Amino acid sequence: MEIFLQQCINGLTLGGLYALIALGYTMVYGIIQLINFAHGEFFAAGGYVGVILLAWMAAQGMTQSHPWLCMGLALLLTMIYCAMLAMAVERVAYKPLRHSSRLSVLLSALGMSIFLQNGLMLTQGVYDKAYPTEMVSGLVTFGGLQISIMQILILSTTAVLLVGLNALVFRTNVGKAMRATAQDKVMSALVGINSGRIIALTFAIGAGLAAAAGIMVGFNYGSVRYDMGFVPGIKAFAAAVLGGIGNITGAMVGGLIIGMVEVMAAAYIQGGTEYKDVFAFIILIAVLYFMPTGIMGENVDDTRV
Amino acid sequence: MSGPILELVNVTAHYGRIQALKGISLRAMPGEIVTIIGANGAGKSSTLMTICNVLRASSGDVRFEGRSVLPLSPDRLPPMGLCQVPEGRRIFPRLTVSENLDMGAFFRKDHEAIRRDKDMVYDLFPVLKERRRQPGGTLSGGEQQMLAIGRALMSRPKALLLDEPSLGLAPLIVKQIFAIIKRINEENRTTILLVEQNANLALQLATRGYVLETGKVVLEDDARALLGNPEIRKAYLGE
Amino acid sequence: MTPVSRTDSARSWLMFGLGLCWLFVLLWPLLGIGADGVLSFAETFAVWGRIAAAALVCMVVWRLRRSGSLGFLDAPAGSLRDGMARVAAGVPRPVWLIALAALALSFPLYTERYAQDVAVLVLVYVCLGLGLNVVVGLCGLLDLGYIAFYGVGAYTYALLSIHYDLSFWLSLPIAACLAAVAGCIIGYPTLRMRGDYLAIVTLGFGEIVRILLNNWMSLTNGPNGLLGIKSPGIYLPSLADGFSFEHLYMRKLEYLYYVILVLAVFTVIAVRRLNFSRIGRAWEAIREDETAAEVMGVNTFLLKLLAYASGAAFGGLAGVFFAARMRFVSPESFSFMESVMVLAMVVLGGMGSIPGIILGALALIALPEAFRGFELYRMLAFGGAMTVMMLIRPAGLIPAKRMGKRGEEAE
Repeated sequence: MEIFLQQCINGLTLGGLYALIALGYTMVYGIIQLINFAHGEFFAAGGYVGVILLAWMAAQGMTQSHPWLCMGLALLLTMIYCAMLAMAVERVAYKPLRHSSRLSVLLSALGMSIFLQNGLMLTQGVYDKAYPTEMVSGLVTFGGLQISIMQILILSTTAVLLVGLNALVFRTNVGKAMRATAQDKVMSALVGINSGRIIALTFAIGAGLAAAAGIMVGFNYGSVRYDMGFVPGIKAFAAAVLGGIGNITGAMVGGLIIGMVEVMAAAYIQGGTEYKDVFAFIILIAVLYFMPTGIMGENVDDTRV
Repeated sequence: MSGPILELVNVTAHYGRIQALKGISLRAMPGEIVTIIGANGAGKSSTLMTICNVLRASSGDVRFEGRSVLPLSPDRLPPMGLCQVPEGRRIFPRLTVSENLDMGAFFRKDHEAIRRDKDMVYDLFPVLKERRRQPGGTLSGGEQQMLAIGRALMSRPKALLLDEPSLGLAPLIVKQIFAIIKRINEENRTTILLVEQNANLALQLATRGYVLETGKVVLEDDARALLGNPEIRKAYLGE
Repeated sequence: MTPVSRTDSARSWLMFGLGLCWLFVLLWPLLGIGADGVLSFAETFAVWGRIAAAALVCMVVWRLRRSGSLGFLDAPAGSLRDGMARVAAGVPRPVWLIALAALALSFPLYTERYAQDVAVLVLVYVCLGLGLNVVVGLCGLLDLGYIAFYGVGAYTYALLSIHYDLSFWLSLPIAACLAAVAGCIIGYPTLRMRGDYLAIVTLGFGEIVRILLNNWMSLTNGPNGLLGIKSPGIYLPSLADGFSFEHLYMRKLEYLYYVILVLAVFTVIAVRRLNFSRIGRAWEAIREDETAAEVMGVNTFLLKLLAYASGAAFGGLAGVFFAARMRFVSPESFSFMESVMVLAMVVLGGMGSIPGIILGALALIALPEAFRGFELYRMLAFGGAMTVMMLIRPAGLIPAKRMGKRGEEAE
């Protein structure tokens, strides 16, 4: 039982991270119907920039005196960095193609993904880069359960980001404008919404969330790699599809499900560890085949972007 | 006497290779209700879309308050006071009624005034107030039309372009909506450019009218005169 | 040439400057902070400076062209191109074909091992590119897991050769059939989806195949791969003692070159025949407007499945050759990046255009070989080239003649 609960928490952690990445896919897809292949790379870039910033802070001796402040600052700066990166990619590779065929944009996105991934490799090397996980150590015993403080930190940060995004999208005027642009670009222009700016903002927000996920994955697994964006990227996309693409709440739920399934499968199915990457794909394919609108596609319509 | 608030000079526009507008010239004076009537495909909606720069004009000029608006992107026009209620209403279906109205005032920052304008819209269309938490897509056709007009009013337009507000609505609702259009015009001195297939109603409401045929203005006259014109009566009023 | 206003020019220079500043901000954290947390600016400035200089040149040329100042260069260049096109068109087609065939056939006679190696690789990718072209170029379905069929072909021959000692030539049709079956299995659940879902699902399937190859130890020997695959064999008439046939394994590279040349020519002819058949026209109809095609009585599902299966079959053929050539297969050769390479060829060369794809394969395989020193930058350049190509020439280097214009005019 304790092992099961432990696995639940692991699944929740992983699922939360997938949810953060999935949101970027779902928001971008909702607004311009593009699978942003480069999104996984924003996540990877976030992982790298986070560790770079932490290294610099460590060199200044800041991490010893103010570990929490450093982590918060690194998280914030990394999110800003990736938001800027995403806006640059959008401006260069997607915006000029707004009226081209979908295949062209998709290929352009794929090109950007490869470009960014190899750019990361060239600047940061092919080997894993270690995260200063020792910054936060310690365990909390909770009933019979042992949870690391790091895991609590990741879970709570994820929760805060998810709630914050929900508030942004559903409560603020900018969020309403994002949803309006997703629903009808011509009409949103006719009421005075600059759709280009809203689209850039959507990319920025999605990439910011992915960057946060990148840092947290670094802390969770202890290292980052230049190609780490690929597989989690597809899994997060699977999560977005599972929740009904374009649906923000759906992406969150989908991410949690995919994370749970992966952890449980690895723990309880014979040979599950080797094939753990396959489960997300199988879920993706099954969902697309049996319910293409996703689990939250039709009923909970008002949470669509 | 000031100049026209909205003026089109010899505007042409294309969809791909097909020419939709073949040189449209028209003008609307401040506080006027001008109607454009014509058959399906005559270019009425294209004219409105060209004014708002959604459809780019190939030549000619569109001036709003004496200034050419052609170089501007569509989203720059509502802040200037030029607003369109497009054909088919185009409510944001998954935004609530209240959120739809908020979008009409998206570019405005004066929150107090926005709240007052919203109350004004709710006064004008009490049914919207009842349904303010409902997604726009769940409203009936008439309610959607009211919402679309209300949303446009939220931007405090100087000129309002209305595209087929009667489309697909029951006669009673149409009457109601036309009465409100008249009220908007009278109370705020909002210039109204009304595109309609229901020529009879439109000409009764308007001060002047233009008749469009295959992308060209074929007739321009006082609304009353057009109503009395036997050819118009035969072609557009079903006699 | 339209007159360019001053504000337009000023605006584009402003955007240019802003973009460069932006780029610097993006570059610096990755280049300027060392692993030990030491800040430096030298490397960032060096990289950024080079990019900025190159961008400046592009920008100046672009502005000059916009303002018409380069008219004196454009006009002769245009007429030169027209003139060359006219000369090329003047020579009859058969002459071209014979010249090309002669060149291809005599290639091993005057080249060394290294060049032949590259040529073999190019031809393998020509086969793959043409196969993928059936799916992407003709039918308009984006397939990101195409390399899986290559893998199916390669492993089929590897297993047949090791366990049953089956010959290369017999394995070819078997592998093609198996790959086609795999194509149907993958295609059946996915083809009802919209285009961009298809891309991600095929990507997922491609990964599943690779993970299976990696983990199914008893069959595939996992990441260690399979050794001991036989080369293609051939029976040569021998007059040594009476008339008999002598069985010979073609280990030499020249022989292998001819084998893949035959395969490539076969693929070219087959794809060309398909393209101009009833089926090919139906595929193009699906690509241009699926709904219209369906309304006109095209069985879109069946035809898409067929496109998938035939594309897969070509991939399977190429896979058999690959296994025979390397005499070793491992899952590493069938990664997502390989799919991307093949796709990049099709896109760069021109979707739906056979000469375009041959040129694309040549460009993507042979050029990097020529610039060996820049090996590291290869994939970076691929990615960049793919995006740039979509921005400036979405139809590819040699656009297909029958490509519709719809794509560009959509929406």
